[in-house]
Amino acid sequence: MNLTNLRKITPVALAFALGPLCETALAQPPEAIFRLDRLNALITIILFSFFILLYTHWAKQGKPLFLRKIPGLDAVEEAVGRATEMGRPVLFIPGIDELDQIETIAGISILGRVAKITAQYDTPLVVPVRYPLVLAAGQEVVKQAYIEMGKQDAYDEDTVLYVAGEQFAFTANVNGYMMRERPATNIYMGAFFAESLLLAETGNAAGSIQIAGTARPEQLPFFIAACDYTLMGEELFAASAYLSHEPLMLGGLKGQDLIKVLIIVCILIGSILATFGYGETFIEWFNAV
Amino acid sequence: MKTGVPVAVSFVAGLIMVVSFFFNEETTKVGGLSQELLNWLIIVGGFTLLLGVVSITRVNWSGVRQKKEGWIYKVFTLISIFAMALPSLLPESWSPLFGRSAGSIYDWLFVYLQAPMMATMFATLAFYIASAAYRAFRARSAEATLLLITATLVMLWRVPMGEAFLNLFPGDIPAWLNTYIMNGANLAVQRGIIIGAALGASSMSLRIILGIERTYMGKG
Repeated sequence: MNLTNLRKITPVALAFALGPLCETALAQPPEAIFRLDRLNALITIILFSFFILLYTHWAKQGKPLFLRKIPGLDAVEEAVGRATEMGRPVLFIPGIDELDQIETIAGISILGRVAKITAQYDTPLVVPVRYPLVLAAGQEVVKQAYIEMGKQDAYDEDTVLYVAGEQFAFTANVNGYMMRERPATNIYMGAFFAESLLLAETGNAAGSIQIAGTARPEQLPFFIAACDYTLMGEELFAASAYLSHEPLMLGGLKGQDLIKVLIIVCILIGSILATFGYGETFIEWFNAV
Repeated sequence: MKTGVPVAVSFVAGLIMVVSFFFNEETTKVGGLSQELLNWLIIVGGFTLLLGVVSITRVNWSGVRQKKEGWIYKVFTLISIFAMALPSLLPESWSPLFGRSAGSIYDWLFVYLQAPMMATMFATLAFYIASAAYRAFRARSAEATLLLITATLVMLWRVPMGEAFLNLFPGDIPAWLNTYIMNGANLAVQRGIIIGAALGASSMSLRIILGIERTYMGKG
């Protein structure tokens, strides 16, 4: 057996070995200090971190990393360019959830990139938000982007504005803005709920080019139906690294891909074992995760 | 300094959240630290509410002053903000109209104005779904035609008349097909997206904790 095959099989073998351990762990006494029932999560985190750091290290050494094209992200600059040509604003919504959600942080990260492009082209940018914490973070990110592009004088404090705390009050306000001002480009990046289609359909009716990204599978069909480009799930989290072209951040993406390959291998092995009535330990281990 | 401090705070906060996940919160203090941090977040969030009020007032007031298009709506927004907020901040002991209890101004505005308006907005979603579905289901290509057939089958099965119609077919083929589409193909794709998103979120969190990703501060 060569080393490549061994690398693929080791985590699966680890999963089998950990099965009985987890069964014992689930029966831990209530006064225990450590949550032994979460041991498998700890091992997964360590493996995950190891691969990400490994690829980041390789990226730092200058090893070339292949990254597939994400059309939605490649279209961002083009969409902002369109807004510049038309003399209309760019509307960016970093989701409607709080800042403690990773999707919102991903949205704010992408906002920084978009703000740099709008600063470069002197295109008006409007960022309505639903939570004051997102307002503070968004203002800081946009301000920093304008400073980095040497356009601090062009920065308007009301670029990022608090609209409403209620979901549908926020939607009504943003939809009204879309119909009145008709922004050339609408970018939705973050956590969206029932308002996703209301926003995207209104933007479509206003004739805007629309790019959306969310990790919520239940909202994805709405964005796909109403937007020109949609980033699905992990693409949203990869966006900031993809747009930055920084090897260090791209290394993290490659590490994530390797974990995905391992998961696919586990799913395939699990499916085959379950089909033929074997692999109870394997299934129990995953149930424990 | 401006980058170092936020990165250090992110590292410490992220580490606390990860470490406390593996400690028993009933027997150790470390286990309860993550909840403590989340409580801090709520407190900080409460303070920033003032920022929101300042932002919304400034933006709308500037629109009214410059008589921008639709300025009258901005007047209504400003009136609404203060008509809702001010009576609710005053003590109930002064008048039953103050505070947030039943019968107060706040309660009346919420029940008879805000709630119906929100419900109306939500209800319009049905029309938006119809227009989006019309566009999505146009049979322009092989994939769109497949989507149209699949969606028609699933939607028909979910209305009584459609179910009665599909039951005219021999055997359990429509029921089997619906179950397969929803619990097989649809669920598998959804799970694929969820697994990918969870990995993406974990990877991004790790990049933030380790200070590799600083784009959320506008850096990099």
